Amino acid sequence: MKILVPIKRVVDPNIRVRVKSDQTGVETANLKMAINPFCEIAVEEAVRLQEAGKAKEVVLVTIGGSQCQDVLRTGMAMGADRAILIETDAALQPLGIAKLLKAVIEKEAPNLVITGKQAIDDDNNQTSQMLAALLGWPQGTFASKLELNGDHAVVTREIDGGLETLKLRLPAVISTDLRLNEPRYVKLPNIMKAKKKPLDVIKPETLGVDFAPRLKSLKVEEPAKRKAGIKVANVAELVAKLKNEAKVI
Amino acid sequence: MTELIKRRDIDFLLYEFLNVEQLLAHPRYADHDRKVFDAIIDTAVKIAEEKFQTCAKDLDNNEPSFDGQKVTLIPQVKEALRAFAEAGFPAATYANEQDGLQLPWTVFQAAMAYFHAANISLSAYPLLTGAAANLLNAHGSVEQKALYLPHMLSGRFFGTMCLSETQAGSSLSDIRTRAEPTDQGYYLIKGTKMWISGGEHDLAENIIHMVLAKIPGGPPGVKGISLFIVPKIHVQPDGSLGERNDVALAGLNHKMGYRGTVNTVMSFGEKDNCKGYLIGEPHKGLECMFHMMNEARIGIGMGATTIGYAGYLYSLDYARQRPQGRHPLNKNPQSPQVPIIEHADIRRLLLTQKSYVEGALALQLYCAMLVDEQKISADTNRKQVLALLLDILTPIAKSWPSEFCLEANKLAMQILGGYGYTREYPLERLYRDNRLNPIHEGTHGIHGIDLLGRKVRMAGGKAFTTLLDHIRETIREASGNRTLQAYAGQLSNTLQEVEKTTAVLIACENLNLSLANSTIYLDMLGHVVIAWTWLRQAIVVAANAGNATGDDKDFYQGKLAACRYFFHYELPKTHGMMQLLQSLDDTCLNITSSQL
Repeated sequence: MKILVPIKRVVDPNIRVRVKSDQTGVETANLKMAINPFCEIAVEEAVRLQEAGKAKEVVLVTIGGSQCQDVLRTGMAMGADRAILIETDAALQPLGIAKLLKAVIEKEAPNLVITGKQAIDDDNNQTSQMLAALLGWPQGTFASKLELNGDHAVVTREIDGGLETLKLRLPAVISTDLRLNEPRYVKLPNIMKAKKKPLDVIKPETLGVDFAPRLKSLKVEEPAKRKAGIKVANVAELVAKLKNEAKVI
Repeated sequence: MTELIKRRDIDFLLYEFLNVEQLLAHPRYADHDRKVFDAIIDTAVKIAEEKFQTCAKDLDNNEPSFDGQKVTLIPQVKEALRAFAEAGFPAATYANEQDGLQLPWTVFQAAMAYFHAANISLSAYPLLTGAAANLLNAHGSVEQKALYLPHMLSGRFFGTMCLSETQAGSSLSDIRTRAEPTDQGYYLIKGTKMWISGGEHDLAENIIHMVLAKIPGGPPGVKGISLFIVPKIHVQPDGSLGERNDVALAGLNHKMGYRGTVNTVMSFGEKDNCKGYLIGEPHKGLECMFHMMNEARIGIGMGATTIGYAGYLYSLDYARQRPQGRHPLNKNPQSPQVPIIEHADIRRLLLTQKSYVEGALALQLYCAMLVDEQKISADTNRKQVLALLLDILTPIAKSWPSEFCLEANKLAMQILGGYGYTREYPLERLYRDNRLNPIHEGTHGIHGIDLLGRKVRMAGGKAFTTLLDHIRETIREASGNRTLQAYAGQLSNTLQEVEKTTAVLIACENLNLSLANSTIYLDMLGHVVIAWTWLRQAIVVAANAGNATGDDKDFYQGKLAACRYFFHYELPKTHGMMQLLQSLDDTCLNITSSQL
């Protein structure tokens, strides 16, 4: 059993981000970056499956500039065996990413792909679904529990109404929700060991995929500041305001 | 969430101010690189924030209790310390052959800064165990090291340092604990030790006490003190635990701060069967101990610095968010209030804290770097220079933050006003915790005497002149820079006064009079050294800030502002102190007990 885990490098979740002055995006220069928390959960799950003897190899993939090697090293320090960086400084969007991942997956032929359900920077929540569709594989998104039994996976999913359990034929794509596991702390000796684990760098051009962006972002703005509240005199006034001003009833 | 220590500052100090990467050229550190250092600090930040900080308030509210049988602490403590040990921090600076990582001590100190800032009363356990382990590693026999060290480095055993006794704190020459030799190779220890942090608890399988005791017939005073390993439970050669040793908890001390660090009175040999194992030679115990003192004391200074630092960042965040009052020019009561950071006096409180805590952190990491360099330097002359610098800087690195980063905590509390004084906010805890630091590991007064009585005079004054030479080198560097040359001139003038003052004090033949104001001398020289670290930081900023934008630009500008603050508001204070010192004022010396 080989598990492939695509991960993303994002701004550290503890850092407050600011909109660039020209409103083209978010300021990321000199900001502390980290592995996307949902991706970290995906790595943890893959490593646990390996430790439980359910998987033989855990391979990480990321796409981006050479600085993305950091998160691959972090993932290998958590326990992944090797990593692949698809190196590019080009702008990336979920569909392009899914296509690039598909190309790598066809080469690597994993039995299972575990992704984070979304990245905390753009919050798209699209890549894993697109990837499953492109591969024609079953998908189990927002997993809060994952079990592997021979040629299939049993996935408990968090949905609006509660929990849904799916049985998926492998190979499949799973995306992780917050409650799937609690990622481990990286051990210091493993940080040293991760330096020596293989990290292949490939150029996206060699994958023969059109990953050019299809969407254009027009403007990025700060959310509107919350205004001070007011006191209403009675229920009638409240209902009137909800009806006429807030237009929610 | 507020950071515990500004990561940008840690990065600045490690990579710009100290250029810690220069250590990588040495074979000992060849396996490392900046990415490894960063990843290690990342892990420290995570564990500190998630495991140490989260239980700080709970631990403070629930100090360890003793039911007559055992000492109990809240369960989060064990969990946090397990995470710390499992991550590999205790062994990080040790050699590869000892299952360590050969991590530079400077980087280790930077990582420890986060644990201290998050919860000092919890980080005290690994700090003490580390000190005991270092002592064993430096002076223990091969057999002793094999028996205890791996378990102390894995987190299975904890350690303590047993120096003080009820009647002998600062004056170790008066300890009474005895060690009777037997023909079995061990000694029988008998006596009571006071203020023993981590003396008894259920956090580890075993506790290894490092005990100072006197072998009968030895020389009087400090020359007759020996050092012993006294395990709580005897350890078998295969690492398993044997019988309990005759070590008993006599009682708990109830402290103002550091409440999670169980502090004990320990009784050794109540049943005349406490076995202790001599470390090193008889009567050389204090020498062994002092060999490790520089690092232990810099560790204390780091603790004091980081508690101040955490308070600074907390009060900064509060000041940015708390609306209160309007600018003096604004007479309209209907206009919205401004965040208190808009008031100049609040900014003064913040800038004072910033100049203290960031200045102190720079000094701590600089000293740590001296320790690392000393370890690897092959050049005997350079080694000697490093040793002299460390000897004279250690009392300052321990004491200055203990005094002034505690002051920073006071100012942080001031920014929160009444809220800061309540237990709902962490500042009163930080203040109580930090209040210990001028007391333990040598009181503030003892370090004043150590500095003026020993360090300044040692090797014919060579440590002192070495320090001045290093400060002058920085002055020369800064003189070439237009924005910094005024500070260079100011520090140069101050240095001349320092030399004059020191000469007067050393020339004074009455040692009682010469040392009467040594604490003031310690504060004065501390301020000069911190001014020096600020000027050194400013030189680095001048070289690196050129193209900085956004937050980074603010970071560098903030550094320059803090440097300016220290030179305008703080350094001038030393002149008053030096005037007093030069006058050999005998007011305190001569007032009698009955007059007070």
